[in-house]
Amino acid sequence: MSELINSPVWRDLFVNSADNIPWYAEFVRSLLRFVIALAGGLGSVPILVWLERRLLGFWQGRLGPNRVGPFGLLQPMADALKLMMKEDITPTNVDKALYYLAPAIALVPVICSLTVLPWNSSSDWGAVAPHLNVGILFLLAVASIEVYGVILAGWSSNNKYSLLGGLRASSQVISYELGMGLSIIAVLLMTGTLAMQELVHSQTIAANVPIPDSNYSVWTQSVSAGFWNWNIFKLFPFGLVAAIVYMISMIAETNRAPFDLPEAETELVAGFHTEYTSFKFAMFFMGEYANMMIVSAICVTLFLGGYTAPWGILGQLPASWTFFPTSVLNFVNHVVIAPAWLFIKLYTLISFFILVRASQPRLRYDMLMHFGWKVLLPTALANVVLVATSMALQQLFGAVGHFIAVGIAACLATIVLWVAYLHWKARKSGDEASRLPIRRESVVRAIAARMPVED
Amino acid sequence: MSEFWSDVRQIASEVLAPFQGMARVGVKIIEPTTVLSYPEFRRPMGRRARWRHVLNRYDNGMEKCIGCSLCAGACPANAILVVAGENTDQDRKSPGERFAERYEINMLRCIYCGFCQESCPTGAIELKDIFELAEDSRKKLIYTKEMLLVPDPQLERID
Repeated sequence: MSELINSPVWRDLFVNSADNIPWYAEFVRSLLRFVIALAGGLGSVPILVWLERRLLGFWQGRLGPNRVGPFGLLQPMADALKLMMKEDITPTNVDKALYYLAPAIALVPVICSLTVLPWNSSSDWGAVAPHLNVGILFLLAVASIEVYGVILAGWSSNNKYSLLGGLRASSQVISYELGMGLSIIAVLLMTGTLAMQELVHSQTIAANVPIPDSNYSVWTQSVSAGFWNWNIFKLFPFGLVAAIVYMISMIAETNRAPFDLPEAETELVAGFHTEYTSFKFAMFFMGEYANMMIVSAICVTLFLGGYTAPWGILGQLPASWTFFPTSVLNFVNHVVIAPAWLFIKLYTLISFFILVRASQPRLRYDMLMHFGWKVLLPTALANVVLVATSMALQQLFGAVGHFIAVGIAACLATIVLWVAYLHWKARKSGDEASRLPIRRESVVRAIAARMPVED
Repeated sequence: MSEFWSDVRQIASEVLAPFQGMARVGVKIIEPTTVLSYPEFRRPMGRRARWRHVLNRYDNGMEKCIGCSLCAGACPANAILVVAGENTDQDRKSPGERFAERYEINMLRCIYCGFCQESCPTGAIELKDIFELAEDSRKKLIYTKEMLLVPDPQLERID
C-alpha cells in the first residue's frame, strides 16, 4: 500500500500540484473531476424531484409519494423508468431536425455550467475547471443558451400552444437575465474577481496553507470566518438587494412558479413540451431540475458563502484532535464537510423555492413584464451604481463613505417610493371615481355610431 | 394625513400578503394531515352506496334469482343478460320454477342506477359497496354469474 502511495505515478495522479504533472495525469484528473460533478449534479436531480413532490405534498395537506421504497425515495426511479418505457411519438408535421435537437440544447448547457461550480477549496480538485478565471462569465454565457432549447422546442413542434410557450419563455428569460446579470455585476464589483473559487475565498477570511509532504496548498478557513463575511451581508444593504434581485430572477429563469408562464398547464397545456414524449420529455424534465439546482448553487456560491460554514468552527474538525493524522483531518475537512455545507445551503434554498411554488399564484403576463423591466431592472441598475459609489467613497473617506452611499440610497428610495405612491393613488382614485361612467358613455356612443338609422 | 396612513396600511398589507401566504402554507409541514392511507385503511362507505352488483342466496344456500329477466328489462343501458334454465327435483338451484343459467353484467355499460335492484321480485340482485372495479381488459369487465354470486352459506359452515 505504501509503495503504491509513494510511487511517482500515484503522486502525479493525486498528490502533486497541477503545475508540474504529465499530460495523462491531467487528463485522468479532469475525467475524475467531471465524474464527480456529474454524479453530484445529475445525481441530485432524483433527490430534488423527490424532495419537491414530498414537500409540496406536505404543504398542500397531503403526504406525497410514500410507497416506493423507504419514504418514497425510489419514486423518482420509478418515474424515470416509466418515462423511458413510454412510446416515443414524433408528430407528423414537426420540423424533424430542430425537434430532435431541442431537448439536447436544453440539457447540454446545464451540464456545461456544472464545470465552474466549486465544491471545496482545493485548487486542484475543487471544481471541474478550478483554474478558469472567467467562471461567472462562462456561466452567464452558457446558461443563456438553455433557452434556445425551449424556443426551438416550441417552434419545431408545429403546435400553437407550444409556440406560445416558447415565445413566452424567450421574452421572459431575456427580460430577467438583465436583472440577474446586473445583480451578479454588483457582486463582482464587491469582490473584484470573476473566478468562482476566489469569489468563495473572498467571502471568508482565508489563508493559503501549504499541505505538508506535497508541493501544493489549500485555502483553509480560519476560525473567525463566518456568515458575516458573506456577500449577502457585504456593503449592507446593497449585497442583500443584489441577492434578492438574483433570487427573483433565478426563479423566473428556471420557469418555476410563480413565473411558470411558459409551461402554464391551465393556459398552454404545458407549453413548449406538449408534443414531447418518452426520453425527449425526460431530457427537458432533467434539464429543468438540474438547472434549478445549478442556479441555486450559483446563488449559494455568490451570496451565501459557497461551501464555507456559516461559522468557521463548524467547517472543520478541531485541530486539537491529534489522534487523527493530519492527512485524515484535511481529507474530512475538504472532502466531507465542505461539500456537505454546500449541499445543506443548496437544499435549504431549494426548499424555500418549493415553498414559494406551493404558496404563490402565477403572475399575469403583463405583470411579469412590468415587474421585470420596471422594477427589477432599475433596482439592479441603481444597486450597481450605488455599490460603485460606496466603494469609491470608501476609498476617499474610509468606512464613513459607505454610510454616505447608504444615505444617497435612502434618499433615492424615498423619492422613488413617493412617486410610486402618488402614481398608485392617482390610479386608485381614477379607478373608483371615473372608470365606469366614462366607459359606459363611450360604449353607448360607439354603439350609437354603428346603429343603422331608421326613418 | 390620516388618508396617507390608511394608504400606507393598505400598501403594507398588500406587500405582506405573499409572505403571510408563505407562512400559512409553511406551517402545514408540522400539522398532521387528514389523509387516509387508502389500501390499508378504507373509509366506510355510506349505507346507500351503489357499486358492484351481487346475487344473493337464501339462508339454506338456494339462489334467490329465479331467472325472470325483469332486471334485464329494467336496465336502461342493456347491460344485463339473463338466460333462464328449468329447475328439476334432482337439481334444484332456486325455489321457483326456473333459475338463471347464465347471468352476465357488462360493467362497462352499467350506469349504477339501481333499477335492476328495484325491479327484482325476490331481492336477488343488490348493489353493494364493492367499488374497486378496475381491470386491464374489456373481457374481464363482463361479470359472470360465478363472479356475482355470493358464497353458499351452507358450504362455509363448520358445524
